[in-house]
Amino acid sequence: MSSGNSGNGNGNGASASSKPKAERVVITGIAGRLGRLLARRLHRDGRFQVIGIDRREFLGRPKDIEHYQVDLRSKKASDVFRNGGIDALVHMGVMHDPRASKKDHHSWNIGGTTKLLENCQKYGVPKVVVLSSANVYGPRPDNAQFLNEDAPLMGSQEFPEIRDLIEVDHLASSFFWRAREVETVILRPVHILGGVHNAPSNYLRLPVVPTLLGFDPMVQPIHERDVVEAIVCALRPGARGIFNVTGPGELPLSAILHELGRRVLRFPHPLAKPVLTTLWRFGATSFPVPELDFIRYVCMVDGRRSREELGFRPRFSLKETIAAVNPT
Amino acid sequence: MGISDWLKQRATELADAQLGPDFRETTKALAVRQNEYGFDPFGFHRDSLRYVALVAQFLHRKYFRTQVFGMENVPEGRVLLVSNHSGQLPFDGLVIASAMLLDAHPPRMVRSMVEKFVPTLPFASYLLARWGQIIGTPENCSRLLEDEEAILVFPEGAKGIAKSFSKRYQLQEFGLGFMRLALSTGTPIVPVAVIGAEEQAPAINVKPLARLMDLPAFPIMPFPPFFPLLPLPTRYRIYFGEPLRFDGDPDDDDEVIEDQVKVVKNSIQTMIQVGLKERKNVFW
Repeated sequence: MSSGNSGNGNGNGASASSKPKAERVVITGIAGRLGRLLARRLHRDGRFQVIGIDRREFLGRPKDIEHYQVDLRSKKASDVFRNGGIDALVHMGVMHDPRASKKDHHSWNIGGTTKLLENCQKYGVPKVVVLSSANVYGPRPDNAQFLNEDAPLMGSQEFPEIRDLIEVDHLASSFFWRAREVETVILRPVHILGGVHNAPSNYLRLPVVPTLLGFDPMVQPIHERDVVEAIVCALRPGARGIFNVTGPGELPLSAILHELGRRVLRFPHPLAKPVLTTLWRFGATSFPVPELDFIRYVCMVDGRRSREELGFRPRFSLKETIAAVNPT
Repeated sequence: MGISDWLKQRATELADAQLGPDFRETTKALAVRQNEYGFDPFGFHRDSLRYVALVAQFLHRKYFRTQVFGMENVPEGRVLLVSNHSGQLPFDGLVIASAMLLDAHPPRMVRSMVEKFVPTLPFASYLLARWGQIIGTPENCSRLLEDEEAILVFPEGAKGIAKSFSKRYQLQEFGLGFMRLALSTGTPIVPVAVIGAEEQAPAINVKPLARLMDLPAFPIMPFPPFFPLLPLPTRYRIYFGEPLRFDGDPDDDDEVIEDQVKVVKNSIQTMIQVGLKERKNVFW
């Protein structure tokens, strides 16, 4: 345990007069949209000193945010921890680029996460927050309407590309049990909407949105800024465990598309699969075939635990959350 | 999508004309959760209810001319309606739900459970959800009961609905899940007996075909149209019994739960016997 400032540094009492030492937070994947949002949120808060690790360049980086443009598995990344004084790690470096090579993907995600967690234990980082996803449960016809945190992670049954995410989630949960001296929090947010370049936001940004004829599942959106708030909640001392993170509510996919005023093209599902497979083969789409199940079946979660134990409350309404996918 | 909009508009006009202005009040009076877009967490949408209510009202009032007894026995708040199941096609469920929606004061929305393969079927997957049907998992049920809703259960399941005519009004084996649910959520059970559904589609079960197609039963009607697509216009009688309340450990052994289930089963069987005695004719 390093500085021990977590005892007095929390809450609203961080006044300017007796300025406590800022909490040093490492963010992996900081150069992504969500990473940048979180970095800015923590930076503006004043209680945190942000350190970024990402292979990508951090565009528009505020001057006092340290950034290491290195691989998570590299010695340089370990040095960030070795030099000490790290109070928390927020790991959102799960690369989910469906077009990247599977091998790269796998060693980066699994190797990187393993190395990170190792470093946290070795150098006494007291808090680890891992951003997983509610997609780990997988869209399935026999899902309960709301899955809780104990539901099996079946996401990869139909969709091997999501295996990395599930493995990262498993790595984090075994770390949670193994390293009891570290407060580990695993967040599984529902479909994140906003300026982020993830599958649901990209899908909703299409000018003409393909859907499956005769299917209209209920979906749960969450605003990207609400996810950032959930991470901030998870950084509070004492918070530990696995939490589904839900937004303002749930509504049918068709209602979201109607709200956005998108033109909808309905495909019969026996046709959609071969068409999409062909398009994928020719590189004409970045929509992986098995992800069709996300617009066919329900994959919703129960977010009560994160509200009760983390005190997280989404601030954006359904309307605002949906509108967030439009470029501003 | 011009055609679907046009169809929807026609259907809305028809529904409004047939159901009358009272129906809007009825749906407004339903005690269910609703978000700013009019959906509840399970995808139920009040304004979509009118399309199915149109059909339901016709079947309930004109076709089956249901007589409802003991509606006052249904308590406010959470309740499990446990009924016998018969008639090849689940019109009994539709009629019980219609009675609760159209005859009860205040109207009650009844949730019934659909099979787990239903979400794989186009249209049925979401239409049934819009009309308030849920996938029958224990989690879904306890969530709705905690929201003080009413759930309809057919503990006989497929064994009940698909049984052959020779077994009419004989209750088949009951599942135990509903009792565990009632115990864990402290929900009163209202036994329900439906008379008339057995005769709507007298069928014989062709067991080899059922086995061949891996179905629980393969009922065939002995006269045209052979498949029970349209039921006969029998007269329905629905009896709601006095609510039964049970205490105990929901995770108890099957034998203990079975004894409690037997109480419910006997109560339904008794109501069926009384109902059959009271009935003068199958069709009126």
